[in-house]
Amino acid sequence: MNPTPTSVAAGRADEQMIEEMRHHIRRYLIVGVALAIGTALTVWASLFDFGSRTTNIVVALLIAGCKGSLVVCFFMHLISEKKMIYAVLAFTTFFFAGLMFLTLWSMNHGNIIHIG
Amino acid sequence: MEIPYAVKPRPDTGLYNAKVGIWLFLASEVMLFGALFCSYILLRVNAPEGLWPHHWLSIPLGMTNTLVLIASSVTVVLSWASLKMGNFKRYKIYQGITILCALTFLSIKSVEYHDKFVHYNIVLKDGRVADGHLQKAETNDKTVALEGWWPKDQAELMNPPLGHAEEKIEIARDQIKTMDNYGPWHHTYTAIYFTLTGLHALHVIAGAIVIFAIWGPLAKVWEQDPERYINRVEVSGLFWHFVDLIWIFLFPVLYLL
Repeated sequence: MNPTPTSVAAGRADEQMIEEMRHHIRRYLIVGVALAIGTALTVWASLFDFGSRTTNIVVALLIAGCKGSLVVCFFMHLISEKKMIYAVLAFTTFFFAGLMFLTLWSMNHGNIIHIG
Repeated sequence: MEIPYAVKPRPDTGLYNAKVGIWLFLASEVMLFGALFCSYILLRVNAPEGLWPHHWLSIPLGMTNTLVLIASSVTVVLSWASLKMGNFKRYKIYQGITILCALTFLSIKSVEYHDKFVHYNIVLKDGRVADGHLQKAETNDKTVALEGWWPKDQAELMNPPLGHAEEKIEIARDQIKTMDNYGPWHHTYTAIYFTLTGLHALHVIAGAIVIFAIWGPLAKVWEQDPERYINRVEVSGLFWHFVDLIWIFLFPVLYLL
């Protein structure tokens, strides 16, 4: 039996999808290796004295931020997500930033009133 | 009545219900861990100079656990991609490795927890401090035996020199003023360490149970409704990546800084 035009089109779509997935798999493996290198870099950076403890903390969090971005963008597919997910995350970012801001703001000792 | 958009995406959002649900849940999780991270920052910054511990945790074990979680995240996406390509057998292998990685992570974490619960700090009546791991076999009614060292002062106790020499220490019980292990009650640092890593470990357990359920008992759904099955794997995978993401920040904050 000869294949119908519909089945040929479906077959091509499948092949295209499989090819696309192979491309994704290569990307996932590269991201995995990058994350492992990032982990080694984090440990190395912690043993290196950047001049002050604050600088060491900033460097460690920057590396962690880069690694986190790789996980979120590629493993969680946020790089190609729908608008609604971006909207949910925009609210989350806003409230998370607020939480961090309040924390850092409260650490300003000028805000603390000592009684007695 | 069938629930709409449980498998097919809604035309207006382009998303199926479970995907919206998991992202909303993860948003709430960000706030939960965010609040705990803020607590950590406040405790860390307000700790008196020289009284915040360093090198209390094993960096090689923490690093191994980080690599284990990264490997599990890779196998989760590879398993999802395998299902998308219709290769169920490969999915089973990748997700089986994910479950093994989860068990490895929890085993290493248990070793670390156990190490803290047998690690003792003993203050003697003469003011000296002994610090080390309890040797249960050699501890008796009259003495306590430790494999440990004698820190010079509080600052050295908080920041033990790397690779310091340890010796066998035997202390008579009547010489002991206080003795406690490195549990959550020991120090503000151990309290926040156990809270953060304990909550994270609960997430690892929950994620592993869900992944195992989909991989094992619920695998028949693949035969009945492959699209629904792929969606389930994707949603559980999103949760797993979030667990990995949290650890990526916990590792440097608790082990290295």
